[in-house]
Amino acid sequence: MLNKVLFIFMISLASLFVSNSVYASPVETFEFQDEVTKVRFQALSKELRCPKCQNQNLADSNSPIAADLRRELYELLQQGKADSEVVDFMVARYGEFVLYRPRVSSVTYILWFGPALLILIGIIVVIVILRKKPATKENLALDSHQQEKLKQLLQPDQLNPNRANPNITKKEKE
Amino acid sequence: MNKIIRFLPLVLVIALGVVLYRGLSLNPQDMPSALVGNPMPEFSLSTLNYPNKMVSKADLVGDIVLLNVWATWCPTCKYEHPYLLELATDPKLKAQVKLYGVNYKDERLPAQQWLTHYKDPYIFSIFDEEGTLGLDLGVYGAPETFVVDHHGIIRKRFAGAIDVRVWRKEFEPLIKQLVIEKQQGS
Repeated sequence: MLNKVLFIFMISLASLFVSNSVYASPVETFEFQDEVTKVRFQALSKELRCPKCQNQNLADSNSPIAADLRRELYELLQQGKADSEVVDFMVARYGEFVLYRPRVSSVTYILWFGPALLILIGIIVVIVILRKKPATKENLALDSHQQEKLKQLLQPDQLNPNRANPNITKKEKE
Repeated sequence: MNKIIRFLPLVLVIALGVVLYRGLSLNPQDMPSALVGNPMPEFSLSTLNYPNKMVSKADLVGDIVLLNVWATWCPTCKYEHPYLLELATDPKLKAQVKLYGVNYKDERLPAQQWLTHYKDPYIFSIFDEEGTLGLDLGVYGAPETFVVDHHGIIRKRFAGAIDVRVWRKEFEPLIKQLVIEKQQGS
């Protein structure tokens, strides 16, 4: 039993490694001088968005512009540019739009802090509702003044006997 | 006060509805260019008709320039072409604005034939075979049209075909403003 579990575990672990080492670029193959550059290339091409097909990153897209940008990305990395320089290069030409993780700026504040703000508002609303005193038995009970008034209402009215108990007056009339 | 609070959710839902409804009619391809307000990028490329004649940014700057990115592989460019011809032959506009082409990621011979066949509205077309100028301009398709002022600053980028409606709405006011700016020497 234990052997079986171990076997499955190893298989799934191996498949994890296999799927990680295969780099699926739509068409071209790039040769990298070292493993680090290759990993950086993969990371950046996943991070950068294709300007033409907006829901795909550079690694995914088959469009000519994405191919151009992959080539440009490769050249920039071969030239020894840092990641931030590559990103700046792309942003200078295609705008913040090309970043799947937009940078924090006055334009993107709402993107970055909007969700946190909404959660905060939600928490405040919940707290306000919870802090409202629930109606307890004591609150519902009548105070002495109200008791007095109730008694008066229930007692047959001395001053106006006709109105106080219409059933009785009806009977008397009969 | 309590009554107002009771209606608050309704008001919020209506506001959200209005925002989302407006979103339906927005064009997601219409993204702000990173280059508006920046100088036109430097380049050194040959012209389409003269493979030996190199042109650069200096050949364009000084006038109000319309830079039209086009290619023979682009059907929308064919649609827009007659209107470009119309613009290029308008005597008043001709005095104010210079129209140049960028032949983007194309082959020289078919592009030359294209212009012979459909007539050539451009003063000249820059032959950008590799798309290097296109990349520096942030072009991601064709047609795209840039308005460059007399200082060489990119003032507008328009992705898509130009026709009468687009021209009146998107370009005419800006061109008017640029002509005034140029006359005032600012």
